[in-house]
Amino acid sequence: MNLNRRQLLKSGGNASLLAVLMGAGLLKPGFAFAADWNKSAFSATDLAGAIKGMGGSEPTPSTEISFTAPDIAENGAVVPVSITSKIPNTQSISVFVEKNPNPLTAVFEIAEGTEPTITTRVKMGQTSNVYALVKADGKFHSAVKEVKVTLGGCGG
Amino acid sequence: MADPMKIRAAMTDDVIEVKVLMSHPMETGQRKGADGAVVPAHFIQQVTATCNGKTVMSAQWGASVSKNPFLSFKFKGAAKGDKVIVTWVDTKADTRSDEGVIA
Repeated sequence: MNLNRRQLLKSGGNASLLAVLMGAGLLKPGFAFAADWNKSAFSATDLAGAIKGMGGSEPTPSTEISFTAPDIAENGAVVPVSITSKIPNTQSISVFVEKNPNPLTAVFEIAEGTEPTITTRVKMGQTSNVYALVKADGKFHSAVKEVKVTLGGCGG
Repeated sequence: MADPMKIRAAMTDDVIEVKVLMSHPMETGQRKGADGAVVPAHFIQQVTATCNGKTVMSAQWGASVSKNPFLSFKFKGAAKGDKVIVTWVDTKADTRSDEGVIA
């Protein structure tokens, strides 16, 4: 019963947000969000919410994820991250920047025959923990690294 | 229509490494422009890469992927000379598709 209520509130919230966006002309009427873009996960503001949006539960920390990101990023607009999963049956790899307004940055679906390794660049508003989330066999695994952002500083 | 993507696909042994550099502003919807007004969000939401009709990688992105996004991934099961086609769709429903030949 509680769950129903939650879902109802959630869908109501989404509908009104959509209406606001349309009113502001941000969305062309008739154009829904790209087919299966995971809106609830991307609009979540915390790790638990994002994972819930992706249909998972609490991630277990794993040492099988090799996660490379700089210790100090001098330019928060371009932070290179590289994630490689050694967990068998990796289904997806996600990047989550804890202190960004919309923390979930990217979700990469790993098809069969594709190596579970991804490199990309993300934006960071401030110093924050960055999570690498790996979904394997329906379960979530995580690795975390703190990246310090020095905005306009001299690299200290 | 946005500028073309740069796509490099290189094969070492049987693994193909694909590197893609896209040209896109990736506006978050949080930034204010010179006139003080909020710049509306405009970012790539979905990226798909196919090779020989098979999807090798698909991604969903939020606003915090960097401007002019860079992406690299690896896959198996293709030969030299095959084409890798990368397609993106953004929040304005703009789309762009480019291809790279595996070398």
